[in-house]
Order: sequence, then C-alpha cells, then structure tokens
Amino acid sequence: MEWIFEPWPWYVAGPLIAIIMFLLIFIGKQFGMSSNLRTFCTMCGADKTADFFNFDWKSQRWNLAVVVGAALGGFIGAHYLSNDVTVAINPDTISTLKELGFNSAGSAYLPDELFSLEALTSVKSLSLLLIGGLLIGFGARYAGGCTSGHAISGLSNLQLPSLIAVIGFFIGGLFMVHVLFPLIF
Amino acid sequence: MKKILSYLFIGMFFGIVMYKSEAASWFRIYEMFQFQSFHMYGIIGSALVLGVIGVQLIKRNNLKSFYGEPIKFVPKDKGITRYLVGGTIFGLGWALAGSCPGPIYTLIGAGYVSIIVVLLGAILGTFIYGLIKDKLPH
Repeated sequence: MEWIFEPWPWYVAGPLIAIIMFLLIFIGKQFGMSSNLRTFCTMCGADKTADFFNFDWKSQRWNLAVVVGAALGGFIGAHYLSNDVTVAINPDTISTLKELGFNSAGSAYLPDELFSLEALTSVKSLSLLLIGGLLIGFGARYAGGCTSGHAISGLSNLQLPSLIAVIGFFIGGLFMVHVLFPLIF
Repeated sequence: MKKILSYLFIGMFFGIVMYKSEAASWFRIYEMFQFQSFHMYGIIGSALVLGVIGVQLIKRNNLKSFYGEPIKFVPKDKGITRYLVGGTIFGLGWALAGSCPGPIYTLIGAGYVSIIVVLLGAILGTFIYGLIKDKLPH
C-alpha cells in the first residue's frame, strides 16, 4: 500500500480520470469543471446584468457538489495520502526555472515565488495570479470549455471544435511559457 | 440527498487523482509546456484513449444510463474563431496560473490560500465574458 503515498504515475491517473468521466456520463451528466464559474456568477446575481447568466443555476447543483468534492479530495490527498510535497520534475526543467528565479522548483508542490503567503503581499505576484485567473475564466467560457470539457470529454467524443480548442490551449500555453515568462520573470 | 452524496464522492475521487497525479501542480504544467516530461501527456492521452473507446462502445451498443435512460452526447457547436481564440486565451492563463478550473478547487482544499485569488480572477473573467459575449466573434 506504500505506493498510495507516492506520486501516482500517469498510467494510473489517466484511466482513473476516464472512469470519473464515465461515472458522470452514466449518471446522465457531462464532465466539465469551468461551467461552475458561470454558476457562481449567476448565484451572485449576474443574471440581472447579462442574459448569459440568466439560467436556472439550481440545475447545476450537482456540479457544485463535484466542486466541493474536488476540494475535499485535495485536502485528503495532501493531508492523508502524501508523505511530502516535492514534485519530481525533470532536472532540466528545474534548472530552467531556477534561472527564471523559481528557487522552489524541485522542492515544492507549487512555486513559493507565486503562491506562498509572503508572495500574496507582493503586487507583482498577486496581479499575476489575478490575471492568470481572468484569462482562465474568460478563455474557458469563450471557448465553451476547459481541459475537462474539451481535452477529455470533447475529444473522447471526437469533436472537431474540441480539437481546435485544445490546439488553442497549447498555442496560448507555449506562448506564455516560452515568450512571456522570460519577460515577466 | 443520496444523489448529491454520489456527486460529492465523484468530486472527491477527482480531487484525490488531481492532487496525487500532480496534475494540480504548477510545475507539472510548466514542464508539459517545455516538453520535458511525458507525465501530463500520458495522463491526458491515456484518459483519452479509454474515453474514445468507451464513448464508441456506449454509442454502438446504445447503452443506457444507471437510471435506464438513453445516453445523449451533445455535439459542440460548429465554429473556429471562438475555439481558437478562446482556447488560446485559456492556454495563456493555464500556463501562468499553472492550474485549470478543476484543480483550482483541489488546491484550495489542499490548503493553498493564494489559489483563491486565481479563483476570484476566473469568476471575474467569466463575468466579463458574459458582459461582452455579443460583441465577440464566435
């Protein structure tokens, strides 16, 4: 059972994600996480501002339960199923990141430089997190889905729009990491 | 109530997989965009291979849901612009924040308070999309 406390390999995680998608399909739902962001907007009263938010959010309660579960799973994974938080990324990646100033690379789960409590007091890292979130939320809704909705659900159903969206995900991600990161960090 | 509990359980299962596979780690996303590890491609790729096979099996055999209802797959609307442009914007955020919409909740649960800023940004981004949706090319 010791393996459970180690990081799980891709050939365990990938099939488990497929099982999660099929569980939802057999319940009669669709696997998609970003649509919850729209639900939050409606719950906060955004339906009075824009038609896009005018829908019966209560029909999405099931997905909110999934979200609460996802947080609970993170708590269990971090506190009861892990011995340490180190993510063993490629040594080459670690040295590239150290050159950019990410000294926590190779010894943390998330970079301290962006996510530690001290970083929250820095205007730069705070703005980067906020901008990252803005792009995620805006882009996911514009594209009609995120990693779960397009890369997993959509591509599993051989949807061409999902393939175009995933190509977009990579254009944006590669541009950020290779062109913008050296300018930002 | 029983139904809500099953969704909670599925979400919990998802959260544990996201955390334990390190798909919720900023570092893994960066490494993926550097093409320096097979890990993330293996996760998405193996999920997809099984996903494609399973969806085909459901369609060809007209499998029913747990409640005996036909399973419907809603095709995505046709188009290019919204998927390419929206996808690219999403990709920029995915790489910067190192987290997609699912793992955001997982990381909050794991105790990373700063991720709440990403979540607030994502909600705000969704709200802005809703405001200007009709002015955007789709």
